[in-house]
Amino acid sequence: MLPPIFGVLFDGFAYGMLLFLLSVGQSVTLGMMNFINLAHCSFAMLGGYVTVALMTRYGWPFFATLPCAFVVAAVVSVGFERTLYRRLYRASDLDQVLLTIGIVFISVAVAAYVFGTEQKPLPLPEYLRSSFTFLGLRFAVYRLIMIVIALAITLLLVLTVEYTRFGAKVRAAVDNERMARGLGIDVDRTFAVTFALGSGLAGLGGALAVEIVGLDPSFALTYLVYVLIVVSVGGLGSISGSFVAAALLGISDVAGKYYVPAIGAFLIYLVMIVLLMWRPRGLFGRR
Amino acid sequence: MTAPALSTRGLAKRFGSLVVAEDIAIELPAGVRYALIGPNGAGKTTLINLMTGMLRPDAGAIFLGPTDITALAPDERVRRGLVRTYQINSLFPHLTVLEAVTLVVCERRRVAQTWWWQLAAYSQEIDEAYEILNALTLGPVCHRVTRELPYGQQRLLEIALALATKPKVLLLDEPAAGVPREESKDLFAAIAGLSRDITVLFIEHDMDLVFRFASRVIVMVGGRVLVEGTPAEIAADPRVRAVYLGKARHDGALQRNLAGNAP
Amino acid sequence: MALTQSLDAPKLYFQSRTRWRPVEIAFWLATLLPFALFPDYLILASQIAITALFALSLDLILGYAGIVSLGHAAFFGVGAYAAGLLSKYGWGEPITGLGAASLAAGIVGYATSFVICRFRHLALIMLTLGFGLMLEELANSAGWLTGGFDGLQGIDTWKLFGHFEFDLYGYVAYAYSLVVLFILFVFARRLIHSPFGLSLRGIRENYVRMPAIGAPSRAHIRTIYTISAAMAGIAGALLAQTTETLSLDSLGFERSAELLVILVLGGAGRLYGGLVGAVIYMIARDRFSGIEPQYWYFWIGVLLVTVVMVLPNGVLGGLAKLAARWSRA
Repeated sequence: MLPPIFGVLFDGFAYGMLLFLLSVGQSVTLGMMNFINLAHCSFAMLGGYVTVALMTRYGWPFFATLPCAFVVAAVVSVGFERTLYRRLYRASDLDQVLLTIGIVFISVAVAAYVFGTEQKPLPLPEYLRSSFTFLGLRFAVYRLIMIVIALAITLLLVLTVEYTRFGAKVRAAVDNERMARGLGIDVDRTFAVTFALGSGLAGLGGALAVEIVGLDPSFALTYLVYVLIVVSVGGLGSISGSFVAAALLGISDVAGKYYVPAIGAFLIYLVMIVLLMWRPRGLFGRR
Repeated sequence: MTAPALSTRGLAKRFGSLVVAEDIAIELPAGVRYALIGPNGAGKTTLINLMTGMLRPDAGAIFLGPTDITALAPDERVRRGLVRTYQINSLFPHLTVLEAVTLVVCERRRVAQTWWWQLAAYSQEIDEAYEILNALTLGPVCHRVTRELPYGQQRLLEIALALATKPKVLLLDEPAAGVPREESKDLFAAIAGLSRDITVLFIEHDMDLVFRFASRVIVMVGGRVLVEGTPAEIAADPRVRAVYLGKARHDGALQRNLAGNAP
Repeated sequence: MALTQSLDAPKLYFQSRTRWRPVEIAFWLATLLPFALFPDYLILASQIAITALFALSLDLILGYAGIVSLGHAAFFGVGAYAAGLLSKYGWGEPITGLGAASLAAGIVGYATSFVICRFRHLALIMLTLGFGLMLEELANSAGWLTGGFDGLQGIDTWKLFGHFEFDLYGYVAYAYSLVVLFILFVFARRLIHSPFGLSLRGIRENYVRMPAIGAPSRAHIRTIYTISAAMAGIAGALLAQTTETLSLDSLGFERSAELLVILVLGGAGRLYGGLVGAVIYMIARDRFSGIEPQYWYFWIGVLLVTVVMVLPNGVLGGLAKLAARWSRA
């Protein structure tokens, strides 16, 4: 008979995987171009709404909507990158923060206008809503599937970064942007593709998040804080950093709410502050 | 015997497996003008970063006069008289020229902590700043905003900022870099006009400057000091020739000297 | 020699910077207009004055030292609750309440400044955000002290100088807030034009160069952060005292973000930017108070995007550019 802590760890890890999908794109693009994009979770929210719309209005099966969420978020992000972000790569932190907060506000308002402010339930098939028992503890099927998807994507990301030419360019650009340009690598193009991929992953994360945490227009802001925590703790430009930080954050959040509900969020912020003070560039960030 | 103005012992620094400095031992007697030359990547700017405290050495020690400054913070070293300029201008874009130098003077004189009394009341500091600027021919443009200055004058301002700290040892990182020929006259005059009380070490690729201003030359290659001597000795040294020959760079003066022609 | 003559000129430059310009005098005279022209809006006017002070405090660290803070409302809240609690538990004298608030907020600011001063860029932004959110959580959980979601009850502000009762029309409230704003503004103005102010600008212009000229930038940042926190605390106390109500949103993230918008709207680093931004924003908010919150945020978002892409130095920056072009024509 498994003690309940395993249930907490499982749920926490699943939540962490969700945070990972939401954050990994942000981490890599920040590490590459130092561009602070606070609107990252707006793309996640978009992915969530795509899934909701496709399922409720057009009756699509859940798994079919996931690639759609990815693609739509990626394409829309490219639009923003081309028109607005591109001009601010050399701008001050403040300008980047303000621009992207502005986009968040706009996206929240648009979402409220189009979809209303209530939480959207997903008409998931029965088997996804069920749970199975293992060694005496109940585990949700959905969470398990989420973990599997996230791990598969992690593997894909790591393989891409380590073994493809594109991945090599990404690593070079994150490591030393100026040098990479000097070597003839088209950093802007690499960045644009990475940005699209990262936003797409966020969209996928948003789609998966609907069932776990619910979806309403405030999603873009609420999860922004968590994403920023994962990114700054994990280290800019690091996939493994995001993975570890997201897992840690997910587990601590769930464990905190389970064991010490009074403290909850306070603990997360405190841990982040302490970790940042110890390693300002994040646990796995470059020095 | 008085300690040299600046000296290092066994200074070393590596980034992973990349050795950027190894066993650097230098002694700069007071008032002497030293040139530091070497091919790109030899570790010259790294050495300056180590000396000023921007990089922490993996081994070795740095002495300013008799004092061991290896553990001191960068701003503390400046307060003790070890100052550098930057190869790429590092100025205050929206401050006027006078404001920038006054800032340095106020910091040096420890009046930067006062919030209440207005700058206009600090005539001593302002006058000192103005005199420094005038000596470098920047007097007439002292009210221009830094980013509007032509590059040559910005380079002069770079030196003015360093001089305003009243340095004992001045490290100039390629002072003439990027300055077009027409604007370099004032710059050279400024360097020539540096007081004899200041010990100067400058990194340069421009051999004209090296032969004009340096009484001694240090050659660095691959993170190590290759050889040290007077400009004439260096020009005649076969090892230095080996390092520089075959590299297509603007070393016309060195080539001429190596070939035996008078500068 | 020509040098001796021209030595006066440099000093004159600095003197001219500190002289009060006619447009400034006009601005401050205009702040008296509400008493005569808009007596029904004095409560709004006092809110504007309080927000202006809050924005001014942020300008000191953002516009002058380059610290992007997403958690400045924390100090506002600390000051507000300090004054509020003091009043609730028996001491409602306004001026000493301000003193207590500035002390409390200043201490919190001083403590956090030791962390803040060591970081820049994303880490700094995250730390300010983290501290702000942490304080929000603390205030939330300490409901027995702060009143939680219901807000703090029982604030009773005594008569100002034992004579002026805080009336329903806001006459005394506005006068009080305006005078405090003006005094602290003069203080900030002097600070900006002092050697310390010049060092702050140096930090903003080129953080990396400061140690290289021998400047103890961390100590400077700690100082200005503490001053800014104390000032924000006074603004918070003013709110608590004049409205005699207080709730958790006084220290929430929305308040910090909103303040950023206000300052950037007016133009950071220009001393009057926060004031101008506060006037515009608060009046607009009052005008459009009927609309749904998310639509308000829509237009704020559009405003932010526009300001960043088109008017990077805010309203005052845009005006300055126009004035420069005009004088050249």
